[in-house]
Amino acid sequence: MTNPTHHPCREILLDYADGSLGEPAALVIATHLAFCPGCRQQVADLEAVGGVFLEEEELRPVSDDCLEAVMARLDEPAPASGPRPCTASPPPVDLHLPEPLRSYVGAPLAALHWHSRFAGFAEVDLKVGRPPVRTRLIRVVAGLALPRHSHTGTELNLVLAGGFHDPRGSFRRGDVALDDASIDHSPVVDGGEDCICLSVTDAPLRLTGGLTRFLNPFIRL
Amino acid sequence: MTEIPMMNRTAAVSGLNDLVLAVARQRSRTAFAALFGHFAPRLKSYLMRLGADPGQAEELVQDVMLLVWHRAETFDPAQANASTWVFTIARNKRIDAIRRERRPEIDLTDPALVPEPVAAADTTLEAGQENARLNAAIGSLPNEQAELLRLAYYEDKPHSTISAEQGIPLGTVKSRLRLAVDRLRRLLRDEA
Repeated sequence: MTNPTHHPCREILLDYADGSLGEPAALVIATHLAFCPGCRQQVADLEAVGGVFLEEEELRPVSDDCLEAVMARLDEPAPASGPRPCTASPPPVDLHLPEPLRSYVGAPLAALHWHSRFAGFAEVDLKVGRPPVRTRLIRVVAGLALPRHSHTGTELNLVLAGGFHDPRGSFRRGDVALDDASIDHSPVVDGGEDCICLSVTDAPLRLTGGLTRFLNPFIRL
Repeated sequence: MTEIPMMNRTAAVSGLNDLVLAVARQRSRTAFAALFGHFAPRLKSYLMRLGADPGQAEELVQDVMLLVWHRAETFDPAQANASTWVFTIARNKRIDAIRRERRPEIDLTDPALVPEPVAAADTTLEAGQENARLNAAIGSLPNEQAELLRLAYYEDKPHSTISAEQGIPLGTVKSRLRLAVDRLRRLLRDEA
């Protein structure tokens, strides 16, 4: 198994590290990180920059009783760390679904209820993010050529199984493809294995950035 | 032990690391109070920059410090120093409390995680020295790059807002940021 060759651009890794990326796009990036030691190291470096900035932050005194209030709460039970998204217990390990995606999906790929959209194309809605953002798993049968299309918004895809190719190259497990209005392509799914992707459409790539940012042609792989 | 010795930055970093370890291993309230003294005013400032009002910021400071207390045993100074670790806790708490979203994160113990190649170990920074190196690296960036990195990184401003506020074209904002990140990486990796 080779490491990914198509990575998220540095700005997106920065937005993931500083916490400004919205949850759907952050899910794609975090799942890519599980496949990609190199990007993991980049994010660790960028988080360390956050640590330096926190050290250099100006000091705003907290009120006198703030420490006392915290000390009084130390013996309380630990706050629940964020509940697992779908399931109470972690679903069985599936090498195509590393964490954090596995907990979001909640079941092995084969056990999911796939909705067929057209011949050879099925999807599962993961219900992450608010409309118009859609977070889905999509499955396209081996060898299928998708009709030529362009994108009105952005589409962030992460390959989980199988692969596809388009004029930009070949995308395999762990690779990230960012499509926007400037991409006009007809991707062809590789033979031998169905291609399964995590797909986020119309997500502003930065939470506070809104439409202007995700229509910006600068953000491209 | 309410004051952290500030002889120099490296000593301060290892002092903070030791305080978190003392909380983890001895459940030391003295060490925790010292950590609070160091981080609470910084966290309050950070949270207010990102839009919290003073009251909300103090509540979040308390929540973050409680997480520091409860999660101290997960602190690994080989992965990140104490400041970086506290920063990530505060970042996640803010996403949870202000945006009402979860923070998707990898699980380093996940069997499905693709591991580091073994050879990469010697290019990994010693986290203990990392702060000083990062400081030097950020300090060596051209001013306009360092400032943009701080704005983009730390104040949660979209690049388009930075562009408008600074009167710099959006493309220039992005290219400077890209240069800054590239340069940081080069400085950190080539000298590792």
